[in-house]
Amino acid sequence: MDTFLQQATNAISLGAIYALFALGYALVFSILGVLNLAHSAIFAWGALIGLIVMLNLGGSIPIALIAAIVTCGLISMALEVFAFRPLRQRNAARISQLISSIGAAIFLVSLAQIVYIRLYNNSEAAFPRAMIPADLIVIEALNIRVTLMRVIVLLIALALMVVLQLLVTRSRIGQQMRAVSFNQRIAALLGINVGRIYLFTFFLAGGLAGVAGLFYGLVFIQVDPFIGDDVALIGLTAIVLGGMGSIQGAVVGGFLVATIQTISTVLGGSDYRNAVVFLLLFLFLLFRPQGLFGQPESSRA
Amino acid sequence: MLELRNVTRQFGGLLALSGVNLTVPDGLIVGLIGPNGAGKTTLINNISGLDHPTSGTIHFQGHAIHRAPPHQVTRLGIARTYQNIRLFGELSALQNLLIGQHLRGQASLLEAILFTPRYRREEQALDQRAHALLERFGLAQVAHVPAGTLPYGDQRRLEMARALAIQPRLVLLDEPTAGMNPSETRELGEQILRFKADGLAVLVIEHDMSLIHQVCDQVYVLNFGQIIAHGTPQTIKADPVVIEAYLGQEETE
Amino acid sequence: MLEWLSSLGITEVVLQLMLISAIMGLSIYFTLYTGMFSLANAAFMAIGAYVGALLSTQLDQPLGVCLIAGALIAGLIAIPIGWPVLRLRDIYLAIATIGFGEIVRIFLINFDNVIAEILRNQTGERVRYELLGGARGIRTIPTYTETWHLILFVLILTFLITRLHRSRFGRAMAAIRQDEKAAANLGINVVYVKNVVFVIGAVIAGAGGVFFAHLIRNITPSMFGFDRAVDILAYAVLGGVTSWIGPIVGGLTLTGIPEILRFSQDYRGVFIGLVLLLIIVYFPGGLINPTAWRAFWQRVRRTHA
Repeated sequence: MDTFLQQATNAISLGAIYALFALGYALVFSILGVLNLAHSAIFAWGALIGLIVMLNLGGSIPIALIAAIVTCGLISMALEVFAFRPLRQRNAARISQLISSIGAAIFLVSLAQIVYIRLYNNSEAAFPRAMIPADLIVIEALNIRVTLMRVIVLLIALALMVVLQLLVTRSRIGQQMRAVSFNQRIAALLGINVGRIYLFTFFLAGGLAGVAGLFYGLVFIQVDPFIGDDVALIGLTAIVLGGMGSIQGAVVGGFLVATIQTISTVLGGSDYRNAVVFLLLFLFLLFRPQGLFGQPESSRA
Repeated sequence: MLELRNVTRQFGGLLALSGVNLTVPDGLIVGLIGPNGAGKTTLINNISGLDHPTSGTIHFQGHAIHRAPPHQVTRLGIARTYQNIRLFGELSALQNLLIGQHLRGQASLLEAILFTPRYRREEQALDQRAHALLERFGLAQVAHVPAGTLPYGDQRRLEMARALAIQPRLVLLDEPTAGMNPSETRELGEQILRFKADGLAVLVIEHDMSLIHQVCDQVYVLNFGQIIAHGTPQTIKADPVVIEAYLGQEETE
Repeated sequence: MLEWLSSLGITEVVLQLMLISAIMGLSIYFTLYTGMFSLANAAFMAIGAYVGALLSTQLDQPLGVCLIAGALIAGLIAIPIGWPVLRLRDIYLAIATIGFGEIVRIFLINFDNVIAEILRNQTGERVRYELLGGARGIRTIPTYTETWHLILFVLILTFLITRLHRSRFGRAMAAIRQDEKAAANLGINVVYVKNVVFVIGAVIAGAGGVFFAHLIRNITPSMFGFDRAVDILAYAVLGGVTSWIGPIVGGLTLTGIPEILRFSQDYRGVFIGLVLLLIIVYFPGGLINPTAWRAFWQRVRRTHA
């Protein structure tokens, strides 16, 4: 039981990272109906930007955070311009957008790999431990210990989720985003600059992936260009569980996947945790493609 | 031959079809009219197996088809066209008709690979029939043109030819004259009458009342998913319920 | 010929790898031509590779036996996978097949451990069990694969494909790609055709895996992960799937060019990624695509006139 509570505590901060990551996925999917498989590459870049700021430039965590958000947001916007927009304008099949995003993902990851080798002479690197708050917070009653960093990660992640929720539901641009997501053509007729909404959405999604990647590095210390591979399918599972394109669903899905991973680690060892997640992904796609909360499609025609 | 009994189709809270009873007798042309959104295309989708009723039964020549997948419905001899043309646009007109004869072919994949005499004879027969159909619908000139690049009228006719390629006993036509001018419509009406002469039954969805009068033996009127009238084209034309349904439609437009 | 190739940097091994890529390109050609976006071919390649390697290393079987068994078992596994998964369409099918690939990879990595654990539970004592070799994979597989095997195999495949395209089944494949519902309403059993095509693709991928294992001698699960799935996709995307020539050309060039240009391994990903991106955005039908080229030249002429 003790280890379980401890594991559950870890699962929460891990879940927060997954949720942030999955949020960006879901955001782009809900607005464009496109699966951006390069999202995980942006996640890896978030960690890399953090490394560069903290290791090479001696910046602090807040600076790294801002740098990761901005850079990853911009990378994500570039994806929209070069990989998605031309296809959309040509009215290409959804699958071509998936393929171009795969191309972009490989390109970005390989580029990150080259940067790692140039900067760190290695295909992996570690965040400077000294700069990361390592204080242990101990909750005696429950026999739980958790690092301060994990608590900060959780708090910032939750704050970002709330901000995003408010942005989408309350703000003017959020309203426009929802209009575009509902129907692009009608939104354009209403005078909404659809292209700008897309760019903004991609910026937000990229920023979220960047933060998630940075946090991943701050929690696990050791990072490499391929950390995105781990979260790519986990993020997918999260949004499939939450119902493709549902923003709240993605958050719940992210925490759920982290919990499931943790439970299967406790019960069966870490070898199987991803197998369980993918099995879940598989089963959901087959039997409940609308996710946990979605309404079943009344017509398959 | 085709009999719908109490067919109901519900989408979430919406009743697209509600207790529809409809019969298409052997060798007759039956029209189905009704305002937009009345459920006409849903009805055809349910007959052709693309969609299935929530409750009620559909029988074709004694076979229950309301749960059957589309290819089995076709196997029993029901062919259809679509409101928005659905040709295989990248393939030539000829290839579209060869695909339409999918069920006519018997040769297995193995025979095709081994190039057996039976396979070659069969391909030749399919090819000849496809050319005959092109001829009949005035498409012989465009046999090798990709279907997607054909002019609109040609596409409509090709889709009809493709439905006939199945050698059906019943053809479902979903607004065959949409987008056609009066003379094209009349010409198409003559084609439909030829179906009847060949012994086919036809269920035709149509907006154009002139076509209905030209070809139909019976007419059903569908409004808000319910059959509100049934009779000959003449009686329907005078039916106050029908006039009401159409006038009501015009007011809201 | 061989001398000229090796002066370009294409040694016989590279040529063999190029031909295997061509085979893998043809394996995904079948599914793509039918309009199914499946990324499962790397997993079927893994199954073929492992079955073949086990037969040759453990049971001393010749290549022919390995080939038939590897292809057959990949095909058999495709049947229960395809049946539920092929109901899904475009991105959902892609996600599900990526998930399947990951499950196969995790299975290969953990198989030995799981068996060891089961044995321990039965006998009560710790035992070492080694069959698939976990993450280290299977080593010292005999090199059976020869260039002429591969050339012959590609020739047989292309012959079968040309025959297939002139058959009812081949036409049904094209019909399904363009409009599944219309195809079904013409009497085509869409589910059946899709499943058969999926199995055919798996069989070819399995055979490719057997050739691959008996060429490079050491195989590990990570060789058949998502990266491989994407490479295979890239062959088809580069060449295009309007004809079977496309995936062959795509497979040959994408595997050959990095050698000719003497890329360091680091830039391979950058190259593959850019190729995928640029081709899909600017040359959607792939390079082997007469209609697209005609349109392309017309555009060039117009801009220069």
